[in-house]
Amino acid sequence: MDRVKRQLAPYFLVLPGGLWLLLFFAIPMIAMLSLSLQQGDIVNGYQFTFHWQNYTDAIDSYHTQLIRSLIYGAVATIFLIVLAFPVAYWIAFYGGKRKSTYLFLLLLPFFVSFVLRTISWRQILTDDGPVLKPLKEIGLLSDSYHILGTPAAVIGGLVYNFLPFMVLPIYVALERIDPRVVEAARDLYANPATAFRKVILPLALPGVFAGVLMSFVPVSSDYVNSEVLGSSSTTMIGQVIQAQYLVNSDYPTASALSFILMAVLLVGIFAYARALGTEDVMKVAAR
Amino acid sequence: MTTPQHSAVAGPPGSAATGQSAIRFAGVHKNYLSHGDTVPAVKRMDLAIAQGEFFSLLGPSGCGKTTTMRMIAGFEEPSGGKVYLDGKDVTGVAPNKRDVNMVFQSYALFPHLNTYQNVAFGLERKKVSKAEIKKRVGEMLEIVSLTGMEKRAPKEMSGGQQQRVALARALVNHPRALLLDEPLGALDLKLRQQMQIELKRIQREVGITFVYVTHDQGEALTMSDRIAVMNAGVIEQLGSPREIYERPATRFVAGFIGTSNIVEGHVERTENGLALVSYTAQDRVVVPVGSAVRVGDKVEVSIRPEKIDMHRGVPPVTSTGGSVLSGVVNEVVYHGTSTNYTVATAAGADFTVFDQNASNAEDLADRGDRVYLTWAPQHSYMIGV
Repeated sequence: MDRVKRQLAPYFLVLPGGLWLLLFFAIPMIAMLSLSLQQGDIVNGYQFTFHWQNYTDAIDSYHTQLIRSLIYGAVATIFLIVLAFPVAYWIAFYGGKRKSTYLFLLLLPFFVSFVLRTISWRQILTDDGPVLKPLKEIGLLSDSYHILGTPAAVIGGLVYNFLPFMVLPIYVALERIDPRVVEAARDLYANPATAFRKVILPLALPGVFAGVLMSFVPVSSDYVNSEVLGSSSTTMIGQVIQAQYLVNSDYPTASALSFILMAVLLVGIFAYARALGTEDVMKVAAR
Repeated sequence: MTTPQHSAVAGPPGSAATGQSAIRFAGVHKNYLSHGDTVPAVKRMDLAIAQGEFFSLLGPSGCGKTTTMRMIAGFEEPSGGKVYLDGKDVTGVAPNKRDVNMVFQSYALFPHLNTYQNVAFGLERKKVSKAEIKKRVGEMLEIVSLTGMEKRAPKEMSGGQQQRVALARALVNHPRALLLDEPLGALDLKLRQQMQIELKRIQREVGITFVYVTHDQGEALTMSDRIAVMNAGVIEQLGSPREIYERPATRFVAGFIGTSNIVEGHVERTENGLALVSYTAQDRVVVPVGSAVRVGDKVEVSIRPEKIDMHRGVPPVTSTGGSVLSGVVNEVVYHGTSTNYTVATAAGADFTVFDQNASNAEDLADRGDRVYLTWAPQHSYMIGV
């Protein structure tokens, strides 16, 4: 009896998580897959007909937005790395006893709603707002100059909103580095720059890797920043999906687009992991 | 096996003063700022370590030994004074430009590099040719018995193996001096003793100056040519292991190195370089003293526990003119190779006495027995007060 119990224990332990996954992941996925293969319209209802044409139609109509989203995602991710690394580095190596305070300060703005913060950026960047107006008045910028509605505004918003997702994993990786290992590099004739390149950077790469995973996916599928800070020429795929679902009630197209986006992101992530997998990160670093 | 270019042979301790010192401190001191207060970590230090010497910095934690070593490596700069390597002033020179290498406490191996890459790191920075690196790393791994482990990552190796990678990584560069910061602290006792012998052998083979930081007096005694015993930022005594053990200069050294019995008293009589301190008609301590000691001076005398003979019952006949103290046995502890007795003596101090179990099947005395402790005059040693 006891032995049976012991053998079953792991399965009981996995039950809550398994149920959760079934209820909130597996079932919705199957529902969405079935939705993406249906045909019809909102008035007469949708019928399941293995209508694969939904996918080809979706790609034909919205590949511009899809590609644009991936480009924005990639550019924003690169900016995120460039911005987050020094912040994480400084907190990890110079934060001293106040490390947690600095991390808290970094996260503090994010206690305010995502949408509200993005809207305040619109207030700040608007054509006669506190940034552009004075610059225009003193003649540094032409009167027609604007930031809102441009790709720069959208990418800027994305970088701002996802910064902690990049800082935290890099910080964790840097924080784990034994300072004596860096001293050992200095002792073995490495100047500060070489010690950074040969020891700190390779040891931080797993953190960068995790940060990219955590930010590239939500950044590429974001629908708020472009909506608030962008224009019709910066529409991202997330906005299209949202509009199809909630405005046009075209559930099959929205579902098909979701699956396409998911597939593209998965392929991208796997390709990236293959090129720079955590195991291989070490080997790359050793070169 | 390599035959390193260094011709330096472990010189006699005295050579530090005459020839070119490998490492020299001139009036070095180091202060730390802590909450606005200046805290001295190392007080004024003058020190010369000879070429090829196995030199230990020994002391309790916080005594300044690690700070001293880090000033040699260049990780700390002295608040005042100068540090010389091979006669060259290196004060203010960055660690990567100093020709010394360090074996860190808990090794600090590069976790992302394998054994070969770890050992080759320094040579690569020095732009040594690939072929030469391959040759020297191979030779060094042979010296530390790690041949065949080239591809292993640090985390795939035991503590003892990691220790040897750390050693090889430093030694392969043929530094002017090797600095070792408690390198055996993380190993278990058996492995530690084995590595002590290994380290000594490697040091003889490569002939490089070793500066060894430890709080383990046994380690320092067995391995060193000379030891500097440090306490509170000051070198209390500098000498060979035998000098430090047999002739502790201060009360701190006497207590820190091995076990010492210390008695105080006033000189009653001096004769032929010996001073007599008596406590009762029959309890007396005889100690060799310099000419500066006068009748009535207060002296502190240290006696090692293994130098003392213990007699039960009747007072022994002492024709030799040595020391005699009577007392009562408080504690008897059997240690296998020896038995330790604690004796409350007539001099007021508790004495520890070691008795080798070579010929005695029985204990010399039991708890509560009245005993007499005797030892020859040369085993009493006057320490600085």
